[in-house]
Amino acid sequence: MSFNQLYIFVGDLLPFLPDQIVFIFSGLSMAITICTFILGIGAIYTWFERRVLAKFQSRVGPNRWGPFGLLQPIADAIKLILKEDIIPRAADKSVFIVAPIIFLATTLLVYSFIPIGDDSQLGGLNVALLFVLGITSINALTVFMAGWASKNKYAILGSIRAVAMLISYEVPMAVSLMGVVMLSESLSLVDIVNSQSSMPFILIQPLGALTFLIAAIAEMSRAPFDMVEAESELIGGYQTEYAGMKFAVFQLSEFLTPIFTAAFFTVLFLGGDSGFSFIPGIIWFASKTFLVTSILLWFRATWPRLRIDQIMGFAWKVLMPAAILNTLLVGLEIVFLNENYLFQILINSIVVCIFIYLIANILGQKKLILRNPVPSELANMDAN
Amino acid sequence: MEEYSIYFERYGYFSLFLIVALLVPSGMLIASSALKFLGLRKSNPTKIKLDTYEAGIKTFSSRWSGFNFRYYTFAMMFLIFDVEVIFLFPWAASLVRLNNEFSEAVLIEMFVFIGVLILGWFLAWKQKAIEWE
Repeated sequence: MSFNQLYIFVGDLLPFLPDQIVFIFSGLSMAITICTFILGIGAIYTWFERRVLAKFQSRVGPNRWGPFGLLQPIADAIKLILKEDIIPRAADKSVFIVAPIIFLATTLLVYSFIPIGDDSQLGGLNVALLFVLGITSINALTVFMAGWASKNKYAILGSIRAVAMLISYEVPMAVSLMGVVMLSESLSLVDIVNSQSSMPFILIQPLGALTFLIAAIAEMSRAPFDMVEAESELIGGYQTEYAGMKFAVFQLSEFLTPIFTAAFFTVLFLGGDSGFSFIPGIIWFASKTFLVTSILLWFRATWPRLRIDQIMGFAWKVLMPAAILNTLLVGLEIVFLNENYLFQILINSIVVCIFIYLIANILGQKKLILRNPVPSELANMDAN
Repeated sequence: MEEYSIYFERYGYFSLFLIVALLVPSGMLIASSALKFLGLRKSNPTKIKLDTYEAGIKTFSSRWSGFNFRYYTFAMMFLIFDVEVIFLFPWAASLVRLNNEFSEAVLIEMFVFIGVLILGWFLAWKQKAIEWE
C-alpha cells in the first residue's frame, strides 16, 4: 500500500475531517510504518551479516539465542540499552549527542525515495536522484561532527580521513550516474525504473555500474574501504569516545546503509521491480536487493583493508576517468546510435574490458620479483 | 495549479518523514536515559572514566594535534569537480530533447567543457595534488 492509497482510504473512512489533518495523519503513519519495517530488516540483517561473515572465516557465529541465533539482535539491543553511557568531560556535549541522531536520521530518510511500484510519492519527485545524493553526503559532515565533538586525537584523525575519503568518492559516484540520467531523460527514480523495462542499464553501461558500485562501497565506509575505523591504527576512528546507546545508533545506521546501497543500485542499474510479469514486482525487487547485498557482503569478507594512499589514488586516478569515459561513451551513443541497444552493449563491454586491462597494467601492482635469498652472516655461527 | 499541489504534497510528505526519521534515534537515546532515571541502567561516572581516551595511559594531548596539509588539496579538488557535476546533471537530463532540436552541437559543447576539466585534472595529477606522498 502506498502513501496515495492510504491518503485516499483515510479520507474516505473519515470524511468529516479536514484535508490537512488526513494528510498529516496518513503521512505520519506511512513514515512510521516504513521506519519500523526498515529497522526490523536492519535487525535481521545484522544477524545475517554476522552469520555469513563467520562462515567466510570458518567460525560458527552467533548461535545461542533462539533457533540459529535468530534472537541475537534482540539480545544485542537489550545489552546496549543497559550499558553505561559515558560522555567525556572534555567533549562538546550538544554536538556529541546530536551527531548520532543526524547519522541515523539521514540513513532512514533516504529509504523513503526507493520506488516500489509506480505511485511512489518521493521516488516520483522530479529531483529525487539529486536529493538522495545530497542526503547521503550529509554523512561526511556527521562523521566530522562526531570526531570533532569527542576532543580526542584518534577521533579527529579518523574523521578527517573519513571526510577526505567520502568527498573523494562522491565525485565519481555522481559522474557515473550521468549515463543513467541521459538514458532515462529524467532525475526521478520512477522514470529511471520505467525506462529499464526492456533492458536493465547494467548491460548498456557496465562501466558506469561498476564505478558506481565501487564508489558506493567507499561511501558506506565498509571493508575494503574501512579506513574510517581502522581499529588497528585509530582505536575506533570517530566512534572512539562513543558508548552505550549512542554507539548502538551509529552501529545500526552502519548496518542499514548496505541495504540502502543495494536497493539504490537495484533501482538505478538492475531495473528495480521490473521483470517477468508472472512474479510480483515486490519479489523481484527484494530478490535483486538481496543479491546485491550478498555481493557487498562477499566483498567485505574477502578483501583486506586498503591503505589510505591506495584509496585516494583509486578514487582520482581510476574511478574518475572511468566515470568520465562512461559519460562520453553514453553521450556519443545516444546521439549517433539512437536506441540500438545490442550494438551499445557490444561496444561498452569491449570498452570496459580494455579499460580494466589498461588500468591493471599501468597502475596495478608490479609483478613480484623473487630475488635469491642472501644468507645472513649470523646464520652459521654455531657451525664453526 | 495541479502540478503545484503535487509538489506541495510530496515535500509535505518528505517533511513528515524527516520528523519521524529524527524522532526514531532521539527516541532511542531518550529511552536509554529514561532507564537511567528509573535506576535500571548503571551510571557511575568517575574522574578517570570521564577522561579522554588515550590507549591505556594518562591523557597527554588534545584534539588540536594538527593534521596534514594534503587534506586541503583534496577538498579543493572536490569543490571543483562537484561544481562540474552540478553543471552536468541538467545537461544529461535533457540531452535527448536538446539533441532533437540542435543536433550534435549540444554534445560537442559539453565535450569541450569536460575536456577543459580533464586538462585541469591532468595538471593536478602532474603537480602531485592527488598523490598521497
